[in-house]
Amino acid sequence: MIEYIISKYNYWMYIVLILIGIYAMMAKSNLMKKLIGMCIFQWAIIFYFMSISAKRDATIPIIGGHGAHTAAVHAVDFVNPLPSVLMLTAIVVGVATTGIALALLIVIYRKYGTFEEDEVIEEIKK
Amino acid sequence: MVKDIEDIVISTLSRFLIPFMQVFSLYVFAHGHSSPGGGFQGGCIMAAAFILLVIAYDLRVAKRRFREKSLLIFCCVGVFIFVGTGFVCLLLGSNFLDYSILSQVLPTDPVKARYYGMAMIELGVQITVMAIMLSIFLDLVTRGGHEETLEEDD
Amino acid sequence: MISEQFPALIVVTPLILSLFIPVVGWWKRKLCLPIVLAALSVCMISAVGLLNMVQQHGVIHYRLGGWAPPWGIEYMVDHLNALVLITISFVAILITIYSKDSVEQEFPEHKIPTFYTLFLLNITGLLGITITADIFNLYVLLEIASFSAYAIIAMGDRGAAFASFRYVIFGTIGACFYLLGVGHLYIVTGSLNMLNLAELLPNLYYSKVVLVGFAFILLGIGIKMAFFPLHTWLPDAYTYAPSAVSALIAPLMTKVGAYAMIRVMFTVFEPNFSIGLFPITSILGWLAAAAILFGSIMALAQKDFKRMLCFVIIAEIGYIVIGIAVANRTGLTGAILHIVNDVFMMACLFSVAGAIIYKTGIRDIYQFRYLHRKMPFTMAILVIGALSVVGVPPLCGFFSKWYLILGAFEAKNWIFVVVLLISTLINAILFFRVIEIAYLEPREPGHAHAHAHNTGNPEGIKREEAPLSMLIPMFIIAAGIILIGVFSGEIIARVIKFAIPATL
Repeated sequence: MIEYIISKYNYWMYIVLILIGIYAMMAKSNLMKKLIGMCIFQWAIIFYFMSISAKRDATIPIIGGHGAHTAAVHAVDFVNPLPSVLMLTAIVVGVATTGIALALLIVIYRKYGTFEEDEVIEEIKK
Repeated sequence: MVKDIEDIVISTLSRFLIPFMQVFSLYVFAHGHSSPGGGFQGGCIMAAAFILLVIAYDLRVAKRRFREKSLLIFCCVGVFIFVGTGFVCLLLGSNFLDYSILSQVLPTDPVKARYYGMAMIELGVQITVMAIMLSIFLDLVTRGGHEETLEEDD
Repeated sequence: MISEQFPALIVVTPLILSLFIPVVGWWKRKLCLPIVLAALSVCMISAVGLLNMVQQHGVIHYRLGGWAPPWGIEYMVDHLNALVLITISFVAILITIYSKDSVEQEFPEHKIPTFYTLFLLNITGLLGITITADIFNLYVLLEIASFSAYAIIAMGDRGAAFASFRYVIFGTIGACFYLLGVGHLYIVTGSLNMLNLAELLPNLYYSKVVLVGFAFILLGIGIKMAFFPLHTWLPDAYTYAPSAVSALIAPLMTKVGAYAMIRVMFTVFEPNFSIGLFPITSILGWLAAAAILFGSIMALAQKDFKRMLCFVIIAEIGYIVIGIAVANRTGLTGAILHIVNDVFMMACLFSVAGAIIYKTGIRDIYQFRYLHRKMPFTMAILVIGALSVVGVPPLCGFFSKWYLILGAFEAKNWIFVVVLLISTLINAILFFRVIEIAYLEPREPGHAHAHAHNTGNPEGIKREEAPLSMLIPMFIIAAGIILIGVFSGEIIARVIKFAIPATL
């Protein structure tokens, strides 16, 4: 049972981060805190992907670089480069989402003068 | 008096660091194929250099170096370089983003042509990322006002 | 020769031209709309060309960068794809022409180039989602479409910024869940290409990772397509958006999500996975039935016309998913036909709502009185759209509902049949209420005087029809509704029959 938890610690870490992110998005009424929860949620998924690319005693995935041979390339010696590339895209998407959300928060603050969700809804209903 | 001393330290240091950061960002971009780096990372470091300028000096000084309107043009130019490279490959007869056909235009063999094609699209990515990061930062700092905030500071 | 490059052209042309627009728009503002129309005409030509090629040669595979899958990204066009591509391009062109006047009324001059940039980027994302055969590329294009939707919806007034913020939070959760699902599938198979996954996955159907990945992907797509419990972002976002934006995004985004669900359930995973191995289709069926009832009943309670239409969208998505959930050929035929029909019906209804707001500023249904004198053609188009949603032959809505009910019969699922019939009844009440208020005038002179005090002398109401640039696209959409209804048999026999997987 303990080995089950300890050997897969990277999955447990990302589960905890996702739950923190979802809790922040649902339970907090301040819009800024919801945004921070969303960022935590996205970064948890990026960590998860990055953690699956690591291998034991493997080096960076560059052929002709440090310590690699030109004769034969065994995939087991190199870290999997594909999740890093996919997550580069996901990080860019995360940055863009944060940018859009922050711009929207600026507009909301200018219009309603508050960040609290209930007060904004009341102002809209008027 | 204390304020001046703070400003002198930060402003001197940033005067040394900012060109170094910009050259370093170009280095990171150019060596993206053989060490950690590439277009996005280089673009972020370049944007960080400008943000350091804004933090160390004034928004007005930074705006003199880099106008607000040019940001939009830089962003569009970056995407044009990216999609344009792919489009040139389309026009030359091969699939979209198939750089090996660029060997008809560039004086290299198809394998090296792929290498140069990738460098070109990374350049496009770097320009766009720098423009957008700086634009997001300026939006937040001026609270959406841009030119109006500059007039308020006067 | 150029026809080989259609799969790339259909996505790249709007992408590159959408970034032309800010540069050109500074220089000459009048050129923005022609650039959008030029890009969309290229897309339309490519989509028609692709459908032709698919009917002659079978499935088309296009490799980006010349790399073979699974190392490279692949675009695949088959019958299902081609049909949705043509629908999206066609409706997008019409809504672009429609948007000219309402955009000039709602936005200050310097914002119009930005509006058209986001407009075109959204269409790029939607076309890309439809054509791609790589599940990670689908995530990227889904986010492109969503970002432009977030930004362009926030350009409205009143509660638009807050509604868009809510949409940002929800949409990001959805996309992140989708990414999680893709990650799970990648860990066990090592491939990201849909067809490659379809070969590798059947050996792994017993594994829990694949099931969890599938669940996450469906959750993510469900949030994007506003499937019943995950729909709460939709009414606010589409109600407060500008009229041209609702007319574009409301028909298209949710239906492309439904297309993505069909792709994942029937191309990436075998139909047997969702039907036989795990009771996924029954869960989807019950949720869809709840969606239909919820959407129809909540629509009855709305006074704002656009908000009512938003709940009708939720019910329509329920129809499509019930068609998937009954898991036989007839039901899936009905679902795919309903995707096409619903794009046209919702485009028609939302553009009518936008025209009414543009000309009179009326949003409330109960103020629609005497509108048939003011805007007779617009109201006629509203009647066509409404009758189609209710399901009156020979309009298109009837045929897709017919196939859905037949499919539910074949699956011996009487509760779904009852749900479909009840919702038809509720839709009838819904739309006939609007038509009655707009068309029928009170008879007694006393009432007429009382109403004349409120809304003006009935005999003196002049014709203030919507401008031609709005009327002509609406006419073409309404004509499309009638023609698709009349030619449903042809469409099913020539295209949809081949779009359904053979093992169903």
